[in-house]
Amino acid sequence: MNRKLITGNGAAAWGARLAMVDYIPAFPITPQTEIIETLANWIDRGEMQGKLVTLESEHSMITAAGAAASSGVRVFSATSSQGLLYGMEMLYNVAGWRVPMVLVNVSRGLAAPITLEPDHNDVMAARDSGFLQIHCATCQEVLDSVLLAHRLSEHEDVRLPVLVNQDGFYLSFTREPVDIPNPTAAKQFVGSYEEENLAFRASTPLSHAVAVLGGGPYSYFRYEIHLAAQQALTVYDELANEFRDFFGRHYPQIEAYRCDDADYVFVMIGSFATKAKEAVDRLREGGWNVGLMRPRLLRPFPRDNFVSLLQGKQAVAVIDQNLSMGMGGILHTELASALYGKPDMPAVLASFIGGLGGRDITTQEFFEMVTVLRKAVASGETPPPRLLFTHNEFREVEKLQAIAHVEREELGQH
Amino acid sequence: MYRVRFHGRGGQGMKTASRILGTAFFLEGYEVQDAPRYGAERRGAPIFAFVRASRSPINERGIIQQADLVIVADDSLIAVPAAGVLTGITNDTVLLIYSETDAQTWSSRLNLACTLIVLPADQAIVDPLQHHFVGTGCAGAAAQLLGVISREHLQQAIEQELVEHHRRIVVDKNIEYGLHAFDAMAAQKGCVKQGHPINLNNYQNPDWFTLPFEAARLAAPAIHAALTSEKSKTGLWRTMRPVIDYQRCNRCWWVCSTFCPDGAINVTTGNYPQIDYDHCKGCMVCVTQCPPHAILSVPETEAAKQKMEEAPA
Repeated sequence: MNRKLITGNGAAAWGARLAMVDYIPAFPITPQTEIIETLANWIDRGEMQGKLVTLESEHSMITAAGAAASSGVRVFSATSSQGLLYGMEMLYNVAGWRVPMVLVNVSRGLAAPITLEPDHNDVMAARDSGFLQIHCATCQEVLDSVLLAHRLSEHEDVRLPVLVNQDGFYLSFTREPVDIPNPTAAKQFVGSYEEENLAFRASTPLSHAVAVLGGGPYSYFRYEIHLAAQQALTVYDELANEFRDFFGRHYPQIEAYRCDDADYVFVMIGSFATKAKEAVDRLREGGWNVGLMRPRLLRPFPRDNFVSLLQGKQAVAVIDQNLSMGMGGILHTELASALYGKPDMPAVLASFIGGLGGRDITTQEFFEMVTVLRKAVASGETPPPRLLFTHNEFREVEKLQAIAHVEREELGQH
Repeated sequence: MYRVRFHGRGGQGMKTASRILGTAFFLEGYEVQDAPRYGAERRGAPIFAFVRASRSPINERGIIQQADLVIVADDSLIAVPAAGVLTGITNDTVLLIYSETDAQTWSSRLNLACTLIVLPADQAIVDPLQHHFVGTGCAGAAAQLLGVISREHLQQAIEQELVEHHRRIVVDKNIEYGLHAFDAMAAQKGCVKQGHPINLNNYQNPDWFTLPFEAARLAAPAIHAALTSEKSKTGLWRTMRPVIDYQRCNRCWWVCSTFCPDGAINVTTGNYPQIDYDHCKGCMVCVTQCPPHAILSVPETEAAKQKMEEAPA
């Protein structure tokens, strides 16, 4: 076993290296840059094959990635936050071309106001693009998910690009012990790239972006992407089992932690979910039956899996590290839609917004959320959505507002 | 679980120190998590890094509010609120300060009842950023205070963390200094105790606040006045101060003021350059660019004692 302390960024780079990717179009952005720096170093030193090219923007980077994937090579790239949004137009295109590739997104809150720290609004913005999404909670999972993602992406029943998400700082710059798979085993697991009918060459023109009018063909092509994404659930399960057989680690669609006898369940994605795990352990010590469900797959959404796991539970706290303006937490909305009308579902589905812009979620807050759930079950009333935000934090904002007030006074703007 | 927090300035090797300690724990068979937290991402700016180590898998993440061991590599940061050095210190915390000032003075100044240990600073060095081995020294001292890391594993950890990016002589000097600091703490071996997790029975209510609606006039993140960045005194990041010797300055004002990356050199009506010490970050680019060598480097600790010469009218 080759167990080393590496960062989430290092783990993503190792994933790409072990997947023997052929082409890496790159553009730097904090907190992702270390991934492409690591890969560039390896390629420079001859420790890794493949070609890394720096592009002039994320838009060009994702275009180059999709174009290269059309020519039948294995493609990897990485970005963050504003970069993902800058390339957004091409995310939809690459998915529409039905070409496989893996893109790691290192989550970082979106401007304005600007921040370097993580939340999930960047990756949620790509939710409807046709890129499948795998969300990671540990550095080990980042590495393993990149390997899995290449298989999923290239599977003949899927053939869609896959995005692997990890949180900036909390994973990207955090070192944890990671078991780096043996290259031979990794090579055997990932396999060689089956290019199918993807063989765009300079001498053999091929168009991947046909125009369709009238809506009928358009509907067909778009709905086929949706069906392929749904198909990916079954494919994913097979691959996760195969991965377990190879490496001994199993990554189901939803990680269910101490859920079997749980009455109350936290639902959240990403690395902050390990904080919830810690809280679950403490709550269990106190005699409270609490568990955690952490979907790794967000697209496709593991709808049936949630329905079966949540059957008979009393109450759920969905903690969204994102915010859809004018609606609320996206995961909460999606889960409500998945559970609605199904028999024996939890009566209380409470929404909490927390961890925006890297704001910490403390163990005490997890305790308090369960207290809220218990009261809700007793009263039969679902509480209104709550932002995890304290009096002290508001006092901090009020100080800033006081400065702004003085500025306006001085400028004569009343 | 052990929870350790390092405080220093960008350039002092706090990330490396946390990695050396993390690797040393890892070599001892611990589960480890280590990470830096950057703010301004600039040399001289406050930075912190943290290490968690446990015999079982670690699920905690991010900021360590209550550390068992807090290490301060630059004592001038203690007075900088943004550095948050004193956050979450309890009577059970061990505080290690790299300083020329003794532990008793620090305990009295800060009115702290916790164990406070000083790693004596090298008094021959005037620029805190020139204390090349301070990070390794702090990691070495920490390893001894924790009491569960062997000298051999500390040495191996320093080697592992530095060998890729440094010449052999630099690695060896770091090992020498790290082990010296480890040995210097022998009397306090194992004084750091593992903290306890938060218990369901004695937890504090998080004091949530329901955010009210406020109109955009108030709620938009706008800065209404011009030049507000002037209010942020980035001069606090400086460890060395450029001082202009006006006897030697030949008033070619354009050179130093143009090269200053922070626009912190103004020009008087008499064409003399004048340094704005509230915003000079102490990069010393002006010192190297000045054609008549009229700008000197003076350690902040020295400069604070002197009266600065005004630019001639």
